[in-house]
Amino acid sequence: MYKYQLHLLFFIFFMGTSLWAKTIEVCASCEVKSIKEGIALATDFDTLLIKKGTYREFNIVVDKPLTLIGENCPIIDGEDRGEIIRVVSDNVTVDGLYIINVGTSYTTDYAAIRVVKSENFLIQNVVLEKLFFGIYLERSNNGKVYHNKIIGDALDEYNSGNGIQLWYSHHVQVDRNIVQGVRDGIYLEFSDNIAINNNISTNNLRYGLHFMFSNDDVYTGNTFENNGAGVAVMFSKGIKMERNIFKRNWGTAAFGMLLKEINDAEIIGNTFEENTIGINIEGSNRIVYKNNNFISNGWAVKVLGACYTNSFINNNFLYNSFDISYNSKLNDNVFEKNYWSNYTGYDLDKDGIGDVPYRPVKLFSYVVNRTPETIILLRSMFMDIIDFSEKVSPVFTPDNLLDAMPLMKRSE
Amino acid sequence: MLKILKYSFYDLMRSRWSYVYFLFYLALGFVLLFLNNDLSKAVITLMNVIIVLVPLISTIFGVMYFYNSKEFTELLLAQPLKRSSIFLGQYLGVAGSLTLSLVLGLGLPFVLYGLFKSDTIWDFSLLLITGAFLTLIFVALAFNIAISNENKIKGFGYAVLLWLFLAVIYDGLFLMSLILFEEYPLDSFSLAATMFNPIDLSRTLILLKLDISALLGYTGAIFKQFFGTYTGLTVSITTLILWTVLPIWRLSYKAKRKDF
Repeated sequence: MYKYQLHLLFFIFFMGTSLWAKTIEVCASCEVKSIKEGIALATDFDTLLIKKGTYREFNIVVDKPLTLIGENCPIIDGEDRGEIIRVVSDNVTVDGLYIINVGTSYTTDYAAIRVVKSENFLIQNVVLEKLFFGIYLERSNNGKVYHNKIIGDALDEYNSGNGIQLWYSHHVQVDRNIVQGVRDGIYLEFSDNIAINNNISTNNLRYGLHFMFSNDDVYTGNTFENNGAGVAVMFSKGIKMERNIFKRNWGTAAFGMLLKEINDAEIIGNTFEENTIGINIEGSNRIVYKNNNFISNGWAVKVLGACYTNSFINNNFLYNSFDISYNSKLNDNVFEKNYWSNYTGYDLDKDGIGDVPYRPVKLFSYVVNRTPETIILLRSMFMDIIDFSEKVSPVFTPDNLLDAMPLMKRSE
Repeated sequence: MLKILKYSFYDLMRSRWSYVYFLFYLALGFVLLFLNNDLSKAVITLMNVIIVLVPLISTIFGVMYFYNSKEFTELLLAQPLKRSSIFLGQYLGVAGSLTLSLVLGLGLPFVLYGLFKSDTIWDFSLLLITGAFLTLIFVALAFNIAISNENKIKGFGYAVLLWLFLAVIYDGLFLMSLILFEEYPLDSFSLAATMFNPIDLSRTLILLKLDISALLGYTGAIFKQFFGTYTGLTVSITTLILWTVLPIWRLSYKAKRKDF
């Protein structure tokens, strides 16, 4: 609370100072013709009003607390020569710019906008095209990346960058951005307490959103469509994932969500639709899966191993080729009160809960996990027969892996 | 031969069974498309039906027809006709009418639901082609069984066993060997094993064309690489043709030497 008050105090203070700050206009016919010139002229807390036009500039260093506002979407063309804007001061706002042609390099991560060791930054309404890295936050905290549009044209993973990248940055909000056609839409490394909300990340080569060693982050209401994999969450703790949509991440090595070494996370109210694998889980413990919808996926949930004390409660599993795939005989995970479209049991006492437990692991998926080549027998009659016999009396699949209380109707 | 073909064909066309078969596929097609308007999803469901039912019906029908028309065959044998043309004529009559029922029965509803305007037309034609091949193959196999067994019960038994073997047991053996030899590279083995069974081959050919092939993962990629190429397609079509031609050849060989 004290921290917030301090923020507020700062805010009011800055508001006050900005009243006396002057506005510098930048345009082709103005006194100040380039952005660099404008920054050099400006004093702290000034505003740079960049008018419509094309500015062929790169390596613009913002080293004072300034506000850069683009009027009618001025174009900053980096001409593929390197980084375009580098923010090295606290309290910088970048608003309404259209930045194109960031240089590509194999040794330096050139970014359209890079924020280095700065606090309280705000980057909004920026459009980035033909980029290498988009917005790169480096050891910068307490900022906001809001309503930007990043449209890449990445073809190969090795020579493309990420849309929004956070590195050792904490308490940042990433809100309502549109990211497409880059390597990773949003990438977090060693970044804690980040809120990622209502973004749309599509058609990226690798992941829509990627966590590495980042803890206590929240992402809600995002849409991840047609990426190499929707979201990859790796080596992180305490991540909350709510109301996101993972759609059409379809291909031989595509996932809706990839969890690797994740502990104590919450996955609530998400929709996984038409992914080859809805969620791929490896070495993840104490995760709560609640109220999610798994619709028409190849595998709804694929558990690869070392996953303990996870609970699946009140989820809907609808028309997936395989509901759960599991590769060990040991089961420590709980499945309870889910709705399974493949459930064929009955409910005599009419309490909405099926009287016969449901076994979500088909023998075929168990066999495929053991010997991947056997997948070639997909949809053969033999497989249907042995799946049926396994359903009646389980021999190979863990016998305690069952939903003892399957719902008769879809949970809302 | 053409005369006999024509006779068998018209005889079958007039018979109730062809109509039942035709109406069954017609109803199946309409019901599938009525329940879900998605042509590509209907193709997957149809594939499941086709790879199981077409061989079964072809085998049973082939054996039945052969035994039923035995007296007529013996009458024909008394005429100055080539033996091979008698049997081939009958074979083509049966196979032709069954194929026609299949193609028309499934084709009509799909055409009415706008097949020509959709992208699934190639998947669908592949489905029909493999269906036709399966009919040709299994009728030929059934005729072989019937000509080698005077005893009807035995003949039927073998026919059902043959279907059971190719549709179910073969896959079981295939699976067992895959699991048994899981430490070895199995790609070429599984490719070869698929080739040797017409039902598996048809299933794989269709699956690889559909969206669902993404589920096949790494193995699927290898299969796709093989079947996707010109050689792969040629090899698989050749295999299907071989599966058709070899039983037919044996049929005419047996027919020439059989003492009626």
